[in-house]
Amino acid sequence: MIDFSIILAGFGGQGILSAGKMAAEAALYEGKEVSWFPSYGPEMRGGTANCSVVISDEPIGSPVVNDADVLICLNQPSVEKFESYLKPGGILIIDSSLFTVEPTRTDIKFIPMGASQIATDLGNMAFATISMLGCMSEATGCFSKESFESALYQILPERRHKFIPGNMEAFSKGAEFAK
Amino acid sequence: MAEKRVLMKGNEVIAEAALRAGCRNYFGYPITPQTEVMHYMAKKMVQIGGNFVQAESEVAAINMVYGAAAAGFRVMTSSSSPGISLKQEGISYIAGAELPAVVVNIVRAGPGLGGILPAQSDYFQATKGGGHGDYRNIVIAPASVQELYEMTVEAFNLADKYRMLAMIMGDGTLGQMMEPVAFRDVEPIVNVEKPWAASGRNGRAEHNVVTSIYINPDDLEAKNNELKAKYDYIEENEVRFEEINCEDADIVLVAYSTCSRICKNVMKQAAQKGLKVGMLRPITLWPFPHKKINEIAAKSNVKAFLSVELSNGQMVEDVKLAVNGQKPVHFFGRNGGNLPSQKEILDRIIEINENPMGGAL
Repeated sequence: MIDFSIILAGFGGQGILSAGKMAAEAALYEGKEVSWFPSYGPEMRGGTANCSVVISDEPIGSPVVNDADVLICLNQPSVEKFESYLKPGGILIIDSSLFTVEPTRTDIKFIPMGASQIATDLGNMAFATISMLGCMSEATGCFSKESFESALYQILPERRHKFIPGNMEAFSKGAEFAK
Repeated sequence: MAEKRVLMKGNEVIAEAALRAGCRNYFGYPITPQTEVMHYMAKKMVQIGGNFVQAESEVAAINMVYGAAAAGFRVMTSSSSPGISLKQEGISYIAGAELPAVVVNIVRAGPGLGGILPAQSDYFQATKGGGHGDYRNIVIAPASVQELYEMTVEAFNLADKYRMLAMIMGDGTLGQMMEPVAFRDVEPIVNVEKPWAASGRNGRAEHNVVTSIYINPDDLEAKNNELKAKYDYIEENEVRFEEINCEDADIVLVAYSTCSRICKNVMKQAAQKGLKVGMLRPITLWPFPHKKINEIAAKSNVKAFLSVELSNGQMVEDVKLAVNGQKPVHFFGRNGGNLPSQKEILDRIIEINENPMGGAL
């Protein structure tokens, strides 16, 4: 049985909430139960943004994640805030093109990856979070690359389908970091 | 082929449900965490030729609801706790004038301006009056985005059927979260005849009057007794709940909406520890499932009840009334915008299992 939870965190504007939604869409494509819950507290522009995603074979209890299997961070304050939320054996993925950090936890797997570098190389900064989802997919099998691609075709309007090959290239490059 | 499910935000699904239920009138005023209901209505009402007004205040919005309902139209407003407080005068007038309307409360933590995070601390306000006078509202508490769809449609049908206000009571979690929803066909939309509506004489000699004023005490008493008879009928016929594993439970949880979701997971963990935990989940908060809880309390296997809420103890008063002294009743809640963790609830269950009387209210 799958019962998988993710926290994505970073600055507002980095595409955190969208990336979380994409992960949920990919798992939904596989017929899983999913939930997506955003931080909607007293947030402000330039402040932090985060969301929780749960993927399960069964109806989901709380959509708020306190014990995460994967934590994806696009800034250092997010690592400090959410590192303790990881389950033992959980995975911390950071965008090491943007910052470096040494996790204080020793019971987790740490994957620093140059996500923004991948995005820069592919010429679209929106691909940074997509490459991190690729890394998570490869490291955990929470959803497949094929499901992710199919979900993109399903939910994006046709005029935006031309961006999907680029997204999938970022996804694959991100997956390399998990191998 | 599997049914098509789309990922949508709870607040947006409420709005979509209202449109599918034939609601073409929405009046509101923005407030976190329900503003997406308005956003969705603002966009869609224009496309389908309905009426959307961002009113100058919550008070104005609820009185626009009164007007549209009096003219015989399906109408909705939505808000969150402080805004719902502002609407109470209008809600009482709607009850007095026996008008069908749907009001959505995506509850946030109070009192006062409070906070913007999820809470269930408007239970008293929703179920015990809120405004002045002897009246009731039907209060429905969905627990998932799918239920937000189905029960919002149901709220319109119940409002029309009984000529009264039906409230959808959610919280910030439910409004803000995305979950898959299938827009499956629900109850056929009931188009109730509204011969009482103030919609023109239509050839009659007299025009209809919609009012809540009865200056003569005997007239008002007769009206109030009429309302009471209607409320009694609803208490007999419209109670909705979900009962899980109560047949052989030692401890019965009572929780609604978001808390019931967390409690379902707690039940699985409790079962792994060999604890027998059941749950009674009220779906209608008014009419409350008093009878059902009383029946469960009479079972010899049941040792105690635990009401779990995002408040400092509100629904637990109704649980105590329903249990009526047959078994000890306990309370566990988090408030201020916090949600209880599964572990906190499980720890409380373990304590109660060891000492059912300890800490009972």
